[in-house]
Formats: sequence, C-alpha cells, structure tokens
Amino acid sequence: MKAVILGATKGMGRAVARALAERGDAVFLLGRDERELERSAADLKARAGKPEAVVGFAACDLEMPETFAPALDRAQAALGRIDTVVVTAGLFAPQDRLEGDAVLLRRVLTVDFTNTILFCEEARRRLLGNVVAGGALRGTLCVFSSVAGDRGRKPVVFYGAAKAGLSRYLESLDHKYRAGGLRTICVKPGFVKTGMTEGLRPPPFAGEPEQVAADVLRAIDAGTPVVYTPRMWALVMLVIRWLPRFVMRKIGF
Amino acid sequence: MSASTKTSTLAGWGRVPVVPGVERRSEDLGALTRATHLSRGLGRSYGDSSLPAAGDLEVASTVLGDRLLAFDEQTGVMRAEAGLSLRDIYRIFLPRGWFTPVTPGTQFVTLGGMVAADVHGKNHHIEGCFGAHVTELLLRVADGRLVTCSPTVERDLFRATIGGMGLLGHILEVAFRMTRVPSTWLWQEAERVPDIDAFMEALKTASVTWPLTGGWIDCLTAGRHMGRGILFKSRWATPAEAPAARSRPRKRLTVPFEMPSFVLGRTSIRAFNALFYRQPLPRGIVHPEAAFYPLDVIGSWNRLYGRGGLTQHQCVLPNEAGRGAARRFLEVLVARGGASFLCVIKDCGPEGVGMLSFPRPGISIALDIAVREDTQALIDDLNEVVLKEGGRIYLAKDALTRAEHFRAMEPRLPEFLRVRRKWDPEGRFRSAQSVRLFGDAPFAGAGRLPA
Repeated sequence: MKAVILGATKGMGRAVARALAERGDAVFLLGRDERELERSAADLKARAGKPEAVVGFAACDLEMPETFAPALDRAQAALGRIDTVVVTAGLFAPQDRLEGDAVLLRRVLTVDFTNTILFCEEARRRLLGNVVAGGALRGTLCVFSSVAGDRGRKPVVFYGAAKAGLSRYLESLDHKYRAGGLRTICVKPGFVKTGMTEGLRPPPFAGEPEQVAADVLRAIDAGTPVVYTPRMWALVMLVIRWLPRFVMRKIGF
Repeated sequence: MSASTKTSTLAGWGRVPVVPGVERRSEDLGALTRATHLSRGLGRSYGDSSLPAAGDLEVASTVLGDRLLAFDEQTGVMRAEAGLSLRDIYRIFLPRGWFTPVTPGTQFVTLGGMVAADVHGKNHHIEGCFGAHVTELLLRVADGRLVTCSPTVERDLFRATIGGMGLLGHILEVAFRMTRVPSTWLWQEAERVPDIDAFMEALKTASVTWPLTGGWIDCLTAGRHMGRGILFKSRWATPAEAPAARSRPRKRLTVPFEMPSFVLGRTSIRAFNALFYRQPLPRGIVHPEAAFYPLDVIGSWNRLYGRGGLTQHQCVLPNEAGRGAARRFLEVLVARGGASFLCVIKDCGPEGVGMLSFPRPGISIALDIAVREDTQALIDDLNEVVLKEGGRIYLAKDALTRAEHFRAMEPRLPEFLRVRRKWDPEGRFRSAQSVRLFGDAPFAGAGRLPA
C-alpha cells in the first residue's frame, strides 16, 4: 500500500506511520515542520529496516490551505499512485481557554472543520482519479475525527462542534463515493495519551497511540466506515449518546 | 477531562515514596527540557531517582521523544532520542539479528534511563555496563545549551552523566553500539546450588565459559543451606540449535489491582522458594524474554506487594572483602527474617566509565522487599554490612538508604560533585534522591502546579 499521512511527526499520526512502515507499506509524510519530518523519516526508515519505506516528505500546514495541493502533488509524484490518505492533524485547546480567546477559537474551528475538509477534498479528487478502466477499488481516505463530536458536552463545546461537523462530512462522503471506489473512514479516538492531551487528567479507558494505530490499520484494511478506538470507547459513547439531556446538563463529562 | 489538580503524585516502580508531582509530556524533548529540573523515562527505577525534589513538581517525561535517528548496519551504531524504549529496540532489531550489548532485567526502560543508571545485566562480567557501549550523548545542560559529549569530547561530562542519575542535565539523544547475535533464541542451562559459599564458587566457574550468568537464592532458609538456589547460565543459541521460527515478543498479563499483603508474606514466599528450588532444571532453548525479562510477562507486578509498596536493596560486595562477605550479608538478612520474594545474585566485572556507576569486581545481591514498619531498620542494618565489607549500593533501586551511609560507601562522590558543580554551579538539576543522598537543598517554597 502507498499511503500519505498528514500529521505524521507526532502523536497518533506518528504511531500510524510507524505501523504502516513496519509492516512494509510505503509512506509519504506531511507535516508543518521540515526538520521534524526529516527526523521522523529517519525513524521510519530505521524501523522498517529499508530506506524505501519512506518515499519522501513535504511541508503541509492545516492552517495554510495553499499548501494542500502542492504537498499532495509531491506525494503523488513520489509514490506514483496514492492508495490511502490518512489525516491525523488537528488543533486542540481546553474549553476555558477557547471561551476567553476568540482568535484561538477561530483557529481551532477553522483547522478542525473548514481546512480539514478542504484538505480532504484535495485528497478525494486525487483518490478518485485513481479509478482505472474497469472501475476497480481505488482508494481510502482515513480521517481522525473524535468522540467529542458524538454528543454535546460541556468540556468540548467548540472542539466537539467542529468534530461533529467533520464526522458528518465524512459520513456523507462515504455514502456518496463508496460505490465509486472511494472508501471513507472516520476514526473516533477516545482519550489517547499524546502530546495533544498533555496536561489533561486521563479518564478511565485512556488509550495509547500504538493501540489506536493497530485499530486504524485494521479499519483501513477492512474498509470500516466508523472506528471507535480504543474499542472500549464504542461502548462508552453508546451510553453517552443515549443519556437524556437533563442528565448531560448535570454531569461534567 | 479536567486539568491536573493538586492531588497528582509520582512514584517509582516500588511505589515508595510517593511525592506530589506531574509528568510533562511532549514529542519535543528540546522544548520540554528548557524549564524542567529532571527527566523521567518509564519510571522503572524503584525509589526516588526519577521523582522531583521537594518544592519542585514537574519532571520532563521523555517517553514521547522516542525516534530512532540512525542505524548503521555496518558498525551497529544506533542513534535515538532518549525516550526510545528497550522494548521497541528489541521488538524491531532482534528479528534482524541485532541486540543491545547490555540489558537490565526489564525491557520497559528508556535509553536515557539506561544511561542515567548505567544499567548492567547478566553479562556484566564480559560486556560491562551499558555506558561502555555508548559512543555519544546529547545533553541539555544547566545553562540551557545543548552539549555533545563522548569518551573523547567533554570526557568529564560524559563520565559523570553515565550513571549520574540525570543530575548533570537532560539526556536528549543517545548513540551506542548494538551487537550482532547469531539467532533470536537463547540456550540456557541451570544448576542447583546447596549453599551460599558453593554459589560463589559456581558463579565464578560459570562466568569463565558462559556469557550470561545469574542466580536466584532462597533467603529464608537459615543454617547449613543458607543461600541455596539455582544458577542460570545462558548464551545466544547458534543457528543450528535455534528453532526455525523467529522468537516473537510475548503477550503480557497484568496484575489488575493491589494484592493483600499476605500474597507475598513469609508463608507464601517459603512455599514458593521450596517449589522453585526443586523445579526441574531447564536445559535447552529458551525465549529471550524468559531469560532476560522473566517478570515483564506480568504487567504491574509491583502491585503484588500490596498497598505498602516495595523497595529493593541491591549492593555489590567487592572481591577484596573475601569469599565470606556474601555469607555475612545473608546472615544479617536471615536473622532479621527479611522475607524477600526475589533475591538475585550475580558476579560483577571491572568498573566502567561512569563516575558513579554501581558495579565493581565482586558479587552483587539484589533483594525485593515488601515495605513494612521495620523496613527502614532492615535497610540500615544491610547497609552497615555493605559499608563494613567495603561495598556500595545501586542508586536506581534505592529509596531508603541514609545519606551518611551513602557518603561513607562512595569515596567517588567528591569527584562527581566537582564535575557536577562545574556544569551546574547553581544546582539546577535535582531529584528527590539527590536531596536525600547528595546533600542538595530542596527547592525554595512549596511547589506550585501549573495552571
């Protein structure tokens, strides 16, 4: 498989890139910082045990939509054909900070909703372009949304809203294009211990990025449209989705 | 998801002591180490080595800084960020025929931790400590600079950092030499040894021909059979001996919660010891994890020790103390009824490059001890023996040694402190352990947790 990963240097993106490279897939890394990309590329090559594991990397920033097309073009040129695009990048800030900082709020909403969708659209066009004569299966778009988008909750008013919108976009995309060969996978991680959740107290069932990566690879291989990870969160969110409003209003979760 | 509150605490693997503290995590070790006074890896040191000094709260957790930066297939030299775990190295490189030249008794350690404690393993009599194989370190030192040191560049800083318990600065990157191994399996043999004097002899004999040696001793049995046990000897299997399939990393079980204290009480330990001593002796191919990391199979095994936690006492008794030293040490332990579930014995080779590295030629004895009311007194008594025999203790295991004992055991301390003062005149880098043992002051004012 030939995969492009946006957000490959950190957190869950790093874990997904490692899992892909270690099992022999070719990866192309996208991220904000060239120097970090270079170090991550070295890491993946050493882990895979072969330099051809990492085909290349390019700078791409979810805050700068003008970087999307050139970065994906470079990936396509390097890989020949893109089979899978994974998007793990995103922006997070605690609710109380967002309520007091309109500039940061705009950034979070823009990155996690608008710009993620703009990036997905660039990816979608290229993946659909893979369709060859005969119309065989051509591509997978795997995007990290969040359990935060499943229900209106006090600690994630804005982040949850952006992720809810993103989840709905991914669902629609899957409905519209699956028959045409594009599989869309919406990953909903629960609490995962990464740099992004640094400083937050891990709740029960907090997961590690490696667990998430293993679940995500399984979903990509099987084409599962919605993945809760770690899997316990499917159960947790099933309960949360069915809680009545008067209960949600009372609890802090 | 609430922000960290005042109740957050940190502890070592023994879960004694527990101090207020919080781990700061980031992939970017460069940024993470600018404002912190101590690095912490996977928290496998038993006592207070990786805990913040009183008045301080944040430690830099290196575990997300775990990238492999280079591996040279010709020379075996690997360079990686300090948070890379031995588990990862083992999982990735053993199938390719490479292993670390030295491994401690758990794979859940980081490279930074292996350097800071200058870990040793069952092959110490041949390969020395991990530090002997380190070719270069990248450190964040007290004045904020990033400094590279090696056996030839800034040699003092290098020697003080190896085994220096993180007190010279944050370790950001480690370069070291890996070793080629002939297969992914070990060949192991064992022998039953009737008493402690015979054990000394057997270890010495075994070390001549075996690269990996170490023994388990029963420390409840007194009298004629005091120090009876089993000596394990192993080496990497040849390709001809090894099974056709590669060994694969093992699945782990976990102790889900703290066990009641009788689980590791005297009666159960006595029963275990009797069974263990009479076990059929292995001879043949074993999984490397079974030989190197027998306890790693059970996650959170420290919970077996119950609420009170555990401590470890590991000392080395030098050859100069004579053959009877280990016997005299065990006599004190047995007389105090010091029930230890795990007692591991190993002969050590020459001292390494690290200024404060633990091993020296002699015999090392490591005891796991459930913490009770009288544990401090037991540790004090054991340390009196160690002192009398001219030995010393292993800082990575220690939680309860008194400063006066430590200083009397460590004539090397003034030289270490001299180098440390040169690189860190204001004493920026401190740990709970350095306050307890090295004479460091706690940080002024009560620690404040960040918002």
